[in-house]
Amino acid sequence: MQDNLQSSSYKELEQKSKYTNIFLRWFLYFILILFASYFIFPLYVMVVTSLKTMEEIRQGTLLTWPSSLNFDSWLVAWGGRGYGAGDTFLRPYFWNSIKMVVPAVFFSTFIGAMTGYVLTKWRFKGDQWVFLFLLFGCFIPFQAILLPMARTLGTLGISNSVVGLVLVHTVYGIPFTTLFFRNYYISVPTELVKAARIDGAGFFKIFFKILLPISAPIIVVTVIWQFTQIWNDFLFGSTFSFGEAAPIQVALNNMVLSSTSVKEYNVDMASAIIAGIPTLIVYVLAGKYFIRGLTSGAVKG
Amino acid sequence: MKTLKIEELSKNFGTTEVLRKINLEIDEGNFLVLLGPSGCGKSTLLNIIAGLETINEGNVFIDDYNVSKVEPKDRNIAMVFQSYALYPSMNVKENMIFGLKQARTSKEKIADQLEKVSTFLQVDKLLERKPSQLSGGQRQRVAIGRALVREPRIFLFDEPLSNLDAKLRVEMRREIKKLHQQLKTTVVYVTHDQTEAMSLGTKIAIMNHGVIQQNETPENIYNKPSNTFVADFIGSPSMNLIKGKLIKNSNNISFIADDSSLEVPINNYDFKDNSDLNNKEIYFGIRPEHIYFKKLNEDDFDINLRADLSEYIGHEQIVTLDYSNQEILAKFPSTIKIELEKEMKLYFDLAHISLFDLKTKERI
Repeated sequence: MQDNLQSSSYKELEQKSKYTNIFLRWFLYFILILFASYFIFPLYVMVVTSLKTMEEIRQGTLLTWPSSLNFDSWLVAWGGRGYGAGDTFLRPYFWNSIKMVVPAVFFSTFIGAMTGYVLTKWRFKGDQWVFLFLLFGCFIPFQAILLPMARTLGTLGISNSVVGLVLVHTVYGIPFTTLFFRNYYISVPTELVKAARIDGAGFFKIFFKILLPISAPIIVVTVIWQFTQIWNDFLFGSTFSFGEAAPIQVALNNMVLSSTSVKEYNVDMASAIIAGIPTLIVYVLAGKYFIRGLTSGAVKG
Repeated sequence: MKTLKIEELSKNFGTTEVLRKINLEIDEGNFLVLLGPSGCGKSTLLNIIAGLETINEGNVFIDDYNVSKVEPKDRNIAMVFQSYALYPSMNVKENMIFGLKQARTSKEKIADQLEKVSTFLQVDKLLERKPSQLSGGQRQRVAIGRALVREPRIFLFDEPLSNLDAKLRVEMRREIKKLHQQLKTTVVYVTHDQTEAMSLGTKIAIMNHGVIQQNETPENIYNKPSNTFVADFIGSPSMNLIKGKLIKNSNNISFIADDSSLEVPINNYDFKDNSDLNNKEIYFGIRPEHIYFKKLNEDDFDINLRADLSEYIGHEQIVTLDYSNQEILAKFPSTIKIELEKEMKLYFDLAHISLFDLKTKERI
């Protein structure tokens, strides 16, 4: 009797918690979809607008689907209209950015790895201070160093050039890349370095043969971070370069602002997407390593 | 010629003194264990022998050659680490021959050595594997192999078994012992585990606060600890140290514990210095395993003590006894029945006692 009573009340509770769970689950989906659409919505508008003709843009609303897939504005954004002077388009600046971002990412990552290696595995007197001052670089607002940097670039004779921008981005990337690598290498057992020293490997051999091969996760994190920072940078680009040496973000700005006649929203949108595509590609290719690298510090093995 | 000699060695980290005037010698083929609690400087000493740590004062000699300023790779040593320190990106084979390659050894010699060592350690089937695909015992074996292929004069082991589980640790311990018996190489081995030290070492150097407390054979360390630190550190449970004083009259010497009137005759004790013994305040040291529940030797001293507590640990039990308000421990087979809160007749094996000065804590 008692048993029966208990089991039936258990059944009731079971039923009740089942409904609660279903409700909570749907509520969760609702919230997630809401936030996802909040983020996807601007992208949708950009893509749709870039595929419309100006006629359609004037007549329709933001959200309407284009009547036909029209890539003209993309071609204009990329290659221009071909009427010579005053025709601004992205292609040369896109290559400027590539020429800037590839060496800058490479050098800043490499130097950061090296400094991180020294600061953790070849400790010296005062290394803590060196690290502290390097960290300072992470917190200095970039606006504060624009003038001194301009003087420096001028003295070196590389102002308004891609080389100058590479230097600036490398220098200001080092604090971050050092921080990344230092925090990664600190969890690598120092016994590895000791073993390699006994085996007869020197400073560089240990770095290239022992540490770099196990650094893939943190290299990915650093490269994504640096690539995004440098590719999306507008401040340094607009300050230290103009005209033909400008990177893509500066050119995008010029394009959108300098249109004398009608505002061509479709071309503007297409340009903005083109300027954003490389970072998207990097994220898609390396995104999962990014998460993995951020969360896993320790090297097990 | 001494394979390894350390002379008046001192080491500081900033203002902290880590090692103080260490003197140490090892003959060819010996197995020296550096034993001590954590922070006693034993690992630092090993790193100094390896050349991974600089010296503030003193010298290190290998085969009578002063290597104090010689690079680790040129000291003809090899080291096995606690975390194994296998290079994660290389497979077993590459790990083992890395050192030989750095030394530009000929290809034939490398292949020979690799073959010999890997079959010897039974890792020849694992050569293509990465360290992450090996079990703890296999990693340990590869780490030892990496040291072996270089045919060093001295092997340095830095707590190599601490990362293994209890069962594997005992197995690997035996293998290291076997290895040493077969190869007869000189070994310096750091551990904080006294069982490891006792079973492996031909000599044990016990360290505390950067000073070597005693450096002798395991038997002497166990039977004749040179001070109360060693007496307390070795043995499980450790030696009972009973506070009291000596009484000497004419030809008889005996010990009386504080708050007690019972005289324990210690006429056969081998004193270092016979003078000035009367009324000397001392610790009377007797190991738990040298207190018997039945008379074994003619000279065993019988005594009545109250049992307060008994801890069963399988093959034996540890009994807490009251010796005139001082707690002492005894080890008995678990088969005998102990009645708590009652006096029982026990026997002290006086052939195995140690006496220490109460003030200096040194053996007398």
